[in-house]
Amino acid sequence: MTLDAKIPDGDLEHKWTKYRSTIPLINPANKRNLEVIVVGSGLAGSSAAASLAEMGYKVKVFCFQDSARRAHSIAAQGGINAAKNYQNDGDSVYRLFYDTVKGGDYRSREANVYRLAEVSANIIDQCVAQGVPFAREYGGYLSNRSFGGVQVQRTFYAAGQTGQQLLLGAYSALMRQTGMGTVQMYARHEMLDIVVIDGKCRGIIARDLISGQLERHFGHAVLLCSGGYGNVFYLSTNAMGSNVTAAWKANKRGAFFANPCFTQIHPTCIPVTGEHQSKLTLMSESLRNDGRIWVPKQKDDPRKPNNIPEEERDYYLERRYPAFGNLVPRDVASRAAKERCDAGFGVGTSKMAVYLDFRFNRKRYGHLEANKQGNHHPTDEEVWKLGKDVITEKYGNLFDMYKQITGEDPYEQPMRIYPAVHYTMGGLWVDYNLMTTIPGLYALGEANFSDHGANRLGASALMQGLADGYFVIPYTIGAYLSQEIRTKAIPTDSEAFATAEQNVNETIKHFLDLKGKLPVDHFHRELGKIMWNKCGMARNEAGLKEAITEIRNLREEFWKDVRVPGAANEFNPELEKAGRVADFFELSELMCMDALHRNESCGAHFREEYQTADGEALRDDANFSYVAAWENKGNNTYEMHKEDLKFENIKIAQRSYK
Amino acid sequence: MLSGAISNRLGVLVLLIISYILNSMNLTLKIWRQQNRTAKGGFKTYKVSDVSPDMSFLEMIDVLNDKLIREGEDPVAFDHDCREGICGMCSMYINGRPHGPGKGITTCQLHMRSFQDGDHITIEPWRAAPFPVIKDLAVDRSAFDRIMQAGGFISVNTGNAQEANNILIPKEEADHAFSAAACIGCGACVAVCKNASAMLFVSAKVSQLAQLPQGQVEAKERVLQMVAQMDAEGFGSCSNTYACEAECPKLISCDNIARMNREYLKSSLT
Ligand SMILES: Cc1cc2nc3c(=O)[nH]c(=O)nc-3n(C[C@H](O)[C@H](O)[C@H](O)COP(=O)(O)OP(=O)(O)OC[C@H]3O[C@@H](n4cnc5c(N)ncnc54)[C@H](O)[C@@H]3O)c2cc1C
Ligand code: FES
Repeated sequence: MTLDAKIPDGDLEHKWTKYRSTIPLINPANKRNLEVIVVGSGLAGSSAAASLAEMGYKVKVFCFQDSARRAHSIAAQGGINAAKNYQNDGDSVYRLFYDTVKGGDYRSREANVYRLAEVSANIIDQCVAQGVPFAREYGGYLSNRSFGGVQVQRTFYAAGQTGQQLLLGAYSALMRQTGMGTVQMYARHEMLDIVVIDGKCRGIIARDLISGQLERHFGHAVLLCSGGYGNVFYLSTNAMGSNVTAAWKANKRGAFFANPCFTQIHPTCIPVTGEHQSKLTLMSESLRNDGRIWVPKQKDDPRKPNNIPEEERDYYLERRYPAFGNLVPRDVASRAAKERCDAGFGVGTSKMAVYLDFRFNRKRYGHLEANKQGNHHPTDEEVWKLGKDVITEKYGNLFDMYKQITGEDPYEQPMRIYPAVHYTMGGLWVDYNLMTTIPGLYALGEANFSDHGANRLGASALMQGLADGYFVIPYTIGAYLSQEIRTKAIPTDSEAFATAEQNVNETIKHFLDLKGKLPVDHFHRELGKIMWNKCGMARNEAGLKEAITEIRNLREEFWKDVRVPGAANEFNPELEKAGRVADFFELSELMCMDALHRNESCGAHFREEYQTADGEALRDDANFSYVAAWENKGNNTYEMHKEDLKFENIKIAQRSYK
Repeated sequence: MLSGAISNRLGVLVLLIISYILNSMNLTLKIWRQQNRTAKGGFKTYKVSDVSPDMSFLEMIDVLNDKLIREGEDPVAFDHDCREGICGMCSMYINGRPHGPGKGITTCQLHMRSFQDGDHITIEPWRAAPFPVIKDLAVDRSAFDRIMQAGGFISVNTGNAQEANNILIPKEEADHAFSAAACIGCGACVAVCKNASAMLFVSAKVSQLAQLPQGQVEAKERVLQMVAQMDAEGFGSCSNTYACEAECPKLISCDNIARMNREYLKSSLT
């Protein structure tokens, strides 16, 4: 099978505008008969569902949390990018497009990324209209800050709670439609399979998590907006419930999974403290605007950080990457931290941490504030105090969070941080319309692979989720649904639905009958260790091969010895977890296979065998300039299909941030 | 050099283990167990040992559940997701306080260093008629969604928005709106209120939108509809004890309630 990305003809700047106005329209009466299922209520799902309902489609939305508002988008902190050029610093649609393709280390699709950059400005307009309280300047205008991998200020934010405010905006639009009856909301429901009839996706099987009942739902189209799979590593900045199940079931039914090994390790997270650790907490990239990263020049320096003099500190990012300094992209910053710690310069009890220090900028802000207040000769104390107020306003909630978790006060001493799993660039393969390889099945947001190549730039996931939901799918779904106006709703007592439900039922029964000895978390934690050690920040051939064997063995043990308490027909969180971990066990093997086959380093995928003399990622464009899309052939076997990437508008170069 | 590095790592490990043993706590937990919505519930007592002060409260419950599962018992069901104080899902009533001791934090942000070796801790679900128990410590808060459906939005369709900077908003107003919008919808305000009032939750949304020019067009209908739905869900009235503000993990201010009352009065009079 050849993969057709269905990229419209024409030059880059006009592709989307032209294509958008040629997609067939559907009259309102027909729209009312067309049913769309949306799995997920994060930024991608809520924005898509609300927009489609406004347009007149009949929409059903599913999420596993108790309310749509709790999808993990709520936790995004730092901000959302848009090419508004409000700062007059030379930003443009082209520059956002260019930064994103370069940041992704030339492994994303030009046409998709350009469209993303094009609609980015509309997203901000839409959110402001909904009442999203973005940060503002004294003149009443919207405020911006910088994120990694770019040299302009294009990030819009609401303190350290940007995801929360954007999601509550999309959620309010969704609730408005739910109140009007155009959306039916199914919270505390988990999708456990998709239903494919005559080659097209026609619905889902979902479990009501309170009663435990399985339900069948028909849809003319199904949108998977189910988020990322970072939790395959057990420890990550994702929520406890984040999982791959929806995307994985789709893969098993024929949707190809693209670039599964591209996972983002975020450089600034609070370090692990012990075996009990259940998740890791991010300290937003926006902190790198005002924080400087360093380690002591002396190994095992016993002094407190504040007592280490300036000349004995190694600001290694500024040293290695003078042009971008602390604002290099995430993959680069993470590897640099790992390099210092592996070399023995780490700090803290575990020695697996580096410092993120705010005192320079605190002082700088203190002086600025004092000047603003007309105090041109402030004392050190006044400067220190005024600087704190500025830092609090920008990052208050992050500083509080840090203090809660570590018991240390980051206003007085530098934060200790270390890289952690954060985001997955890989996901379901989609074409320009966001359709997977199963007709009628779409993937939006973090669940698809489309825009970030081998490394995502900060503040671009929120942008992509909302672009997909508000501005792309409302148009592109028309290309498919306009052909479906004659399809009557398929009764859910048909054979395909019955068989799918039967399969789900059997898996549940199997888990409950197993009566093994060990809890699901035990297996998940062990799987996470394998993945972190051998398919994490750095990978090599031998390690990946070992990982595959270890995963297989552990998976076998899991299916023999896992203990799932309780019953099927009740609220049973352990049963939910078991199903998710079972899917992680399959995905993890594929991730290692993907990492093993890609004999190059690119973006977040760092194969130790392929690096430059100074330790940077060494791409092999001649052989690996493609998307690897994996078809599931059953029994943990896969066939790889390639989508070749063509760069017609950007000159490919060795990525340099020096 | 290599052996130096190894002995160094070993030293670190030994230190870690010693500090762990010195700091670890043993606790007695009294937890509300209830099989489902209609079943009769009751307290059960459990012991957990080797609790590290670095654990979060929910990680301590994970340790208990791990033990219960291995022993063939039914683990304690509870709601949680983000574990960083923002999704609003976790909801435990700890020693008579929603989200336990500590100001401005959720249950998942509570760390065991707030407790001491030998402590007895009582853990209950939110108790409020509009929040029926689903199982053990998990409750049904869908009433909050229905209140939002009644009017917690600005009626703008996708694609209708004007250029963002055409709407200028003074920084101070934007900051006030943001403070109200920080509500995570956890329901602690309802749980702590003797009348199970949802005024803090509802007023936070009403006042966020009423303070922004975009939200003023529908301000009247919004407050009337949201309050009507709040009453229909069976939430009680506010008797100004400010317990909600004191226990809110996001420190949402009762000034929002005063503002909502003003908005309500204005809207019912005209
Ligand atoms: C801590 C943190 C901070 C971040 N900060 C930023 C930032 O500052 N800027 C930025 O751009 N990006 C940031 N990101 C990334 C960004 O938040 C996410 O990539 C994005 O929000 C994902 O949105 P989504 O809609 O695709 O998925 P999610 O918001 O994860 O939503 C997934 C939805 O799918 C549902 N679901 C999943 N599986 C099932 C199933 N089987 N059945 C039913 N429902 C299901 C869930 O209930 C949920 O509603 C951050 C991420 C994290 C973890
Ligand atoms: S689990 Fe999200 S707020 Fe506690």
